[in-house]
Amino acid sequence: MTNEEILKGIAEIVNEVAGVETSEITPEKSFVDELDIDSLSMVEIAVQVEDRFGVKVPDEVLANLKTVGDAVDYVAKTTIT
Amino acid sequence: MTTEVVITGLGATTPLGGDVTSTWDALRSGKSGVVALTEDWVDRYDLPVRIAAKLAVDPSDSLPRVQARRWDRCEQVAVIAAREAWLHAGAPEVEPERLAVVIGTGIGGAITLLGQDDLLENAGVRKVSPLTIPMLMPNGPAAHVGLDLGARGGVHAPVAACASGAEALAIAWRMLRAGEVDVVVAGGAEACITPITLAGFAQMRAMSTRNNEPERASRPFDMARDGFVLGEGAGVMVMERGDFAAARGATRHARLAGVGTSSDGHHITAPEPEGIGAARAISAALRTAGLAKTDIDHVNAHATATTVGDVAEAAAIRTAIGDHTVVTAPKGALGHLLGAAGAVEGLACVLALRDGVVPPTLNLEDADPGVRLDVATGSAREMKLTAAVNDSFGFGGHNVALAFISA
Repeated sequence: MTNEEILKGIAEIVNEVAGVETSEITPEKSFVDELDIDSLSMVEIAVQVEDRFGVKVPDEVLANLKTVGDAVDYVAKTTIT
Repeated sequence: MTTEVVITGLGATTPLGGDVTSTWDALRSGKSGVVALTEDWVDRYDLPVRIAAKLAVDPSDSLPRVQARRWDRCEQVAVIAAREAWLHAGAPEVEPERLAVVIGTGIGGAITLLGQDDLLENAGVRKVSPLTIPMLMPNGPAAHVGLDLGARGGVHAPVAACASGAEALAIAWRMLRAGEVDVVVAGGAEACITPITLAGFAQMRAMSTRNNEPERASRPFDMARDGFVLGEGAGVMVMERGDFAAARGATRHARLAGVGTSSDGHHITAPEPEGIGAARAISAALRTAGLAKTDIDHVNAHATATTVGDVAEAAAIRTAIGDHTVVTAPKGALGHLLGAAGAVEGLACVLALRDGVVPPTLNLEDADPGVRLDVATGSAREMKLTAAVNDSFGFGGHNVALAFISA
């Protein structure tokens, strides 16, 4: 899976959970500060990322996923290709 | 001089309409909001009750998708009604610290609790929404309205079963009279048409099982009444200190002149049969309003169409007000909105005073001889009204009475 495909998948999840336009969801954006996503929605996003990409997102990892790019990189390196 | 409490904005979403105008028009013209339930769980659980008064307009139709997803249905209806009331009041410019919210509910987020419990059972803990608690907590409707309006003068959520909505208006009145704030957005919200609530009320034998005639099922004060019909919805008012409303040139629709509350101390669900506690609440409302019994032209009754409750309430009305007053029982049309009932019915009092109209009571064909009151039936009664009482009662023995006077 390419990083573009992962980004597209994460953008769809963030849009579904938090209503942010997918075009706004770019790698450099911070979930909390720029996309205005609260900690409750981050938990929902993590669960959907797990289901969609078949990865585990433990709480200590989730706490360090500051930007959309962090999440894309985590999924990319964790997914067995 | 005591502070006047004026009502400057009204909002509602009910089984009769998605806003105040459509609800009031339907109530005046004698329409019923009761329908047959078509959900698959009615058959699955073989429920004895197969009717309910469902919202005329689904709340998710008028909310952005993400809000609809993050809010329980009872929170959705609260915000919809509050936004309508706020705009109706002309979106008052008030310091956030002088703006409070009081929105009651009887049950809270039952739909969320049931749905998330299903997820836990069937899919495990990871599938349970992190929003479960804020969606099911009974202060959720009040909290969301407070957030929506940016209120910082206090957010309260009275829980008094079917008197919750009326109690919210009573608390708002007290806050304004005490000078704590200038504006209060107050009312009630309920949305719990679920298998467990229907089953629980049905097991109490409190609900009508006239399943083959939904529109004729809710029969306040009628000899053939066999219980209430569960409804859902919300009613919200913007209430202000009179001087504050005057300074901003707000339109006054009516005033809440007095409130009375009492408790039966009798039984967890049964009303005190002589209506003594209820009468004390009504008398207290008249006393705080400075009104005499003979001043009260109109009573908007709680009358849920249970066998015991309607007769006890009629006795209370005769004791505290007398038999000269013109009574209506809107649950014949609306069903029983539980924690929203008192707020929606208080709203109907305001509109009755404003328009000089008492809506008809549906399905009252053969009055119980224990009632002995002038109950409006058939068509709306047009008459000049200057003072009206709304009373509400809740499981637990809560009694609330509100005395409204024309603007």
